[in-house]
Amino acid sequence: MKILVCMKQVPQKDAPLKLNESGTWIREDVSYEVNEPDAYALEEALRQKEKHGGEVVVITSGPARAQQVLREALAKGADRAIHLEDNAFVGLDAFNTAKAFAAAIKEEQFDLIFTGLQSDDYGYAQTGVVLAELLGWPHATIIMQIEKNDAGIRVKRELEAGYFQYVDMPLPAVLTIQSGINKLRYATLIGIKQAKNKPLRKVTMADVQSAVGNNLQKIERLYIPQKTKKTEHIEGPPAEIAKKLVDKLRNELRVL
Amino acid sequence: MPDTILVVVEQREGKLNRVSWETLTAGQALAAETGWALEAAVVGSGVANFANEVAGKKVAKVYAIESPKLEPYTPDAFVAALKQFLSSHPAKLVLMPHTYQVRDFVPKLATALGRAAITDCVGYKKEGDKLFFTRQMFQGKLAADVSFTSDAPWFATFQNGAYRGDRVEAGATAAPVETVNVEIADGVIRNKPQEVFKEAKQAVDLTQAEVIVAVGRGIKEQKNIEIAKNLAEALGAELAASRPICDSGWLPMDRQIGSSGQTVAPKLYLALGISGAIQHIVGMKGARTIIAVNKDSEAPIFEIADYAIVGNLFDIVPPLTEEIKKAKAGG
Repeated sequence: MKILVCMKQVPQKDAPLKLNESGTWIREDVSYEVNEPDAYALEEALRQKEKHGGEVVVITSGPARAQQVLREALAKGADRAIHLEDNAFVGLDAFNTAKAFAAAIKEEQFDLIFTGLQSDDYGYAQTGVVLAELLGWPHATIIMQIEKNDAGIRVKRELEAGYFQYVDMPLPAVLTIQSGINKLRYATLIGIKQAKNKPLRKVTMADVQSAVGNNLQKIERLYIPQKTKKTEHIEGPPAEIAKKLVDKLRNELRVL
Repeated sequence: MPDTILVVVEQREGKLNRVSWETLTAGQALAAETGWALEAAVVGSGVANFANEVAGKKVAKVYAIESPKLEPYTPDAFVAALKQFLSSHPAKLVLMPHTYQVRDFVPKLATALGRAAITDCVGYKKEGDKLFFTRQMFQGKLAADVSFTSDAPWFATFQNGAYRGDRVEAGATAAPVETVNVEIADGVIRNKPQEVFKEAKQAVDLTQAEVIVAVGRGIKEQKNIEIAKNLAEALGAELAASRPICDSGWLPMDRQIGSSGQTVAPKLYLALGISGAIQHIVGMKGARTIIAVNKDSEAPIFEIADYAIVGNLFDIVPPLTEEIKKAKAGG
């Protein structure tokens, strides 16, 4: 099975974010990490390869720092990496990011393409589904299980409120993967060493320019959300906090 | 002719998804501010009843977009149907609730039309002629006002709870309902969905709990859940968790609160070591009172907390449990 995993580098979960001067993006001087759902997508691809043989290729678009995500993926067992490396890829909407990916993998023949179900920075949950439509492939989202069969694959789709659904699909297909589908592995020292020799192909904006167009939407401003709720801070040493809270629980909230 | 706002409501398992009323409320607000016409549509097979239900609200017209191939739901069928409908019934703005089903097809629909979708919005702003859709970014730490730089139709989905479904305006008279039969050719539908099912035997119904103590990643290790359990017991509360805790198997799946788990609105919700990621918040922001304990003062949970305790839950919770026990014992 030849599997492509689309991965994104996002600011670390607990990174303190600051707005840039124009209030249109964040200042880039933060620490980055792999988008968590994408890590699960990679792990799933590696497990499918272990079960059925084949190849796992990882792709990302972003500036030089995004290469870290690919290196980690190679260290965990991915075979090849593709880096759409260009500052021009930052800030592309899902439509154009998917177009860039589709152009970059034109010559390849994947059986499956995985993305995380959404990114922790934008949270649009679109790129995988857009890519499927651009490629003319079937897709399924929020996937918690993948089983290969003769007709293609049977996937387990997660629905709201604890419901699930199995779906039979032909290949090739695009799947967006839900966090928690599996347990993430750590890269081994050998893996990290081997990663250095694995192929990493760079793609510039010029290489895919003909496919990419203007963004269809624009973030006009980014800002600290206005709080609508009035929050009361309860402070002091733990014993004091405990007493204050019990007082509120009893007298204001009436739960005691 | 004025521009049209089309609200596509959701029906599933023989019921109209109640979150559809929230989207209709948003549509009514937008129609009032823009002067655009408001219409609604239901997509499926044999959906006349749902269309009639929607027609009772303040909306100019309701469409039942019909084909036997629209049941069960598949993205291929829904996109084919809506694409066909929109080509003969142009809309300026198409609104939907940000449900798992909508996420599964709206990006495909938008792309098929060469258009954009702004998803998971929490509101909108009209400034002169310009329309902005507000959404949370970076798991709620920042907000963004986003505009469409493309042609219509514009697609936007609204987050659960962004609008109040109970605020939807009823119509003075029933709106006209029109059935639109769509053609879905053989071979269009590629997925074969099976029956929807619930996995975990629902041992606990968190939606009935008056008080909930929920743990997140801040609990660090499985053995520490004991701390939260003790607090829950002292309070007579149910224990719940954010997704990562359930994924790790530290608590069963039926204790999960969030978009994939339960949506609750208890009298009191204590969030321990929960950062406040959007997927969790949508499941509990309806709680009457929220108390949050987190060592990160910037955690998004504090934006919706009524009471905030910035500190280490391992220091805060045990004395709190003791104090509650004392109070209950008549101390």
